[in-house]
Amino acid sequence: MSRLLPLSAFQSLVLLTALLLAMPVVVVLGFVFVPSGDVWAHLASTVLSDYIGNSLWLMLGVAIGTLLLGVSTAWLTTMCRYPGRGIFEWALLLPMAMPAYIIAYTYTGMLDFAGPVQTLLRDLTGWGFGDYWFPQIRSLNGAVIMLTLVLYPYVYLLSRAAFLNQSVCVLDVSRTLGNGPWRTFFSVALPLARPAIIAGLSLALMETLADYGTVQYFGVSTFTTGIFRTWFGMGSAAAAAQLAAGLMVFILALVILERYSRKQARYHHTSRRHQDLRRFQLTGSKAWLAFAFSFAVLFFGFLLPAGQLFSWTIHVAGDVIDARFVQMLLNSLQLATLAAVLALVLALLMAYGQRLYPGKAIRFAVRLASMGYAVPGAVIAVGVMIPFAWFDNTLDSWTRETFDYSTGLLLSGTLVAVLFAYLCRFLAVALQTVDSGLGRITPSMDEAGRSFGYQPLTMLRKVHIPMLQGSLLTAILLVFVDVLKELPATLILRPFNFNTLAVRAYELASDERLAEAAPAALAIVVAGIVPVILLSRTITRSRQTASHLNDASAQEN
Amino acid sequence: MRPLRLLGFVGLSLSLLTAPALSQAAEEVNLYSARIEALIKPMLDRFTEETGIKVNLVTGNADELLSRLENEGRNSPADLLLTTDAGRLHRAKEANLVQVVESDVLNHRIPSAYRDPQGYWFGLSLRARPIMYAKGEVDPAELSTYEDLADPRWHQQICIRSSSNIYNQSLVASMIAANGIEATEQWAKGLVNNLARPPRGGDRDQIKAAAAGQCKLAVANTYYLAGMANSDDPSEREAATKIGVFWPNQDGRGTHVNVSGAAVTKAAKNRDNAIKLMEFLTSDEAQHWYAEVNGEYPVVEGIASSALLQQWGEFKADPLNMSVLGENNTEALKLMDRAGWQ
Repeated sequence: MSRLLPLSAFQSLVLLTALLLAMPVVVVLGFVFVPSGDVWAHLASTVLSDYIGNSLWLMLGVAIGTLLLGVSTAWLTTMCRYPGRGIFEWALLLPMAMPAYIIAYTYTGMLDFAGPVQTLLRDLTGWGFGDYWFPQIRSLNGAVIMLTLVLYPYVYLLSRAAFLNQSVCVLDVSRTLGNGPWRTFFSVALPLARPAIIAGLSLALMETLADYGTVQYFGVSTFTTGIFRTWFGMGSAAAAAQLAAGLMVFILALVILERYSRKQARYHHTSRRHQDLRRFQLTGSKAWLAFAFSFAVLFFGFLLPAGQLFSWTIHVAGDVIDARFVQMLLNSLQLATLAAVLALVLALLMAYGQRLYPGKAIRFAVRLASMGYAVPGAVIAVGVMIPFAWFDNTLDSWTRETFDYSTGLLLSGTLVAVLFAYLCRFLAVALQTVDSGLGRITPSMDEAGRSFGYQPLTMLRKVHIPMLQGSLLTAILLVFVDVLKELPATLILRPFNFNTLAVRAYELASDERLAEAAPAALAIVVAGIVPVILLSRTITRSRQTASHLNDASAQEN
Repeated sequence: MRPLRLLGFVGLSLSLLTAPALSQAAEEVNLYSARIEALIKPMLDRFTEETGIKVNLVTGNADELLSRLENEGRNSPADLLLTTDAGRLHRAKEANLVQVVESDVLNHRIPSAYRDPQGYWFGLSLRARPIMYAKGEVDPAELSTYEDLADPRWHQQICIRSSSNIYNQSLVASMIAANGIEATEQWAKGLVNNLARPPRGGDRDQIKAAAAGQCKLAVANTYYLAGMANSDDPSEREAATKIGVFWPNQDGRGTHVNVSGAAVTKAAKNRDNAIKLMEFLTSDEAQHWYAEVNGEYPVVEGIASSALLQQWGEFKADPLNMSVLGENNTEALKLMDRAGWQ
């Protein structure tokens, strides 16, 4: 123990950064100790059971849905040959560019009782209200479907990367043992890819827990809607924080599940041989079935809602798209780029810190810092606002007293606060990706580096970063797309006269002007498409790069 | 040395970000607005044109803006707070975030029910929440009061949005003021029994559901119906034609109204400009604009509202002082929870 006590500079840096990023979550949780009077008793006797039940059902549904869609499409596009595979490979990621609340608005517009589908049905059949059954889109199950459609790409992305990186030899062994595609999938590939699949799933579920827009619009009472209702409607920050603490229990369970699953199965591929994948050739009805399935996922997750947005946009484009719109687009892109780069640097720092010094303190701090992902953006925003304003005002009071000079607000209401909130919220995305990438690099690489006498940072630069390129780019692009869609923290922390696409889309949509909101929403989607395509290419390439690098390092050794 | 170059890039970007975002214009006023940009910016531009005072704007949810104001304290850059309901203005006053304004213009133009008795805040436009009915399905003569909506004869015929919405909270708060908590809770239970479907979506969704025949009555703010009537979407325009507006409680206290309004913040550094802006927003031009563009009713008496609004007729508004809506808000929400109003 004692030799661990004097922390190295690197360790302290990791620890401090992690704690700083955990601050908003800690600040909000701090309210738990403020007495909330009878509000908590009121919640417990009326709505709390709904919150718990609905949140659980939502998570369960999204878990099943994203696993089914994500893993199956990942396996099909990676290991099978069928019509359209090359396009599906990247197109299946597109729903990721679609904010969940936007897809909810578009589907409601189409499928609601007063929407075109049901109206057409009534016109054709002469039925009236109550004469027929039609699934209610605005319901708990509807929310499950909406969230599944936009979140399955996380599972798809990570499981596909895992399938691609699996040594062909392992799969070949399975084949030579006489296993068909199905058996190979269930008994070899799936267990091997499990850590990555669970990592993707836990991202999707955290995003589910943090969702506010969709469940609020669908009238489903979950922890998230409950927090806002209690905080603002009843004016009780304490009771709201206690609800938020309840939410954290769910998140912790997720984090533990994810870690546990990884501990159970820490697979490093020892073979350095990667040959070109030999894909299963699907023929006849099987090929068309694979095509139809992939197409259906793409159609409902992206083509249909994007088409609806496009048709709305045509109606209003002339009035809405002007110089201010372009400025918003630039603002969105700039913030997303900056946040993505910063998140990557921090994630690398922390993941690497954990690898080098697997101590309890760092592990705990990093876990705390990555909880922000499952916390609703508005809660994070308040958690950022309170300490920043406190810092500004304390400094101001001090300089006023000492120098008779007012520093005013230095950080509050600047883009620094906005960026900080993004990092707190999305660090987990980058961290998961980098972490699972690092996990695939066998520790013998580190030992080899150490035998050269490399210091931590040199080792990171010379050994790990080159091998991680794929994961790093993935992390950057994921955060980029997430920030592009981010709303609540931007809305409340931004400076004067600063707008982003998400703010514009939300403002109009929340005022129930769906058509006017469409151009901004569509712009978010379009801006997200480029990184999403890049992302897909990175992953396909990473297979080749990884094998090249492995070969190279094999020679070096 | 790629990492170094990266750090350099990040550092440079950060220094750009912290640079003061506001140009130090000679005359300006900083506004925190819960009214969305599209529904306030044109009037702010007119104000700048007329006075030369630049308006800096942040929009957001009212509660979060309040929270921001509170945390920023005396250093807050905001001069003026704009909300779309009286409850939040009341909350700002209670939290000691806004200050008293003495303005002859405001006191003269705004009727006393629509401003704070002590002058902490001022209403700028009226938002009425009447009962809407499907034409041909309901004879308006059958309708009378909000209280009547709990009558079993409306079983499964009413659409109303979630109790999480501030407009429903304010409506119930006004009913608590009129009938007391117990009677209002009974009423809410009756109303929940009469719902055609669990509360979903916003006000427009309730109106559309009534137009499509899913329910016969909807409770919604009139400007949503106005927005539908002026929509780019032909299906929304068509739905709007099928809906009639009924003004409830005309023989009693009057129809429930809320205000959008403004208050000068305690920390205001451009206090005079903030008051000028408020006064401008009560000018004939601005008042008429609210009616034309967003279907809200002018708060100033004697201003011609838009043709559309005139078609729905005159009505008597509940003269309850708006601050009561804020005072009763928590009770209203708890009562709705108990009544099972989602």
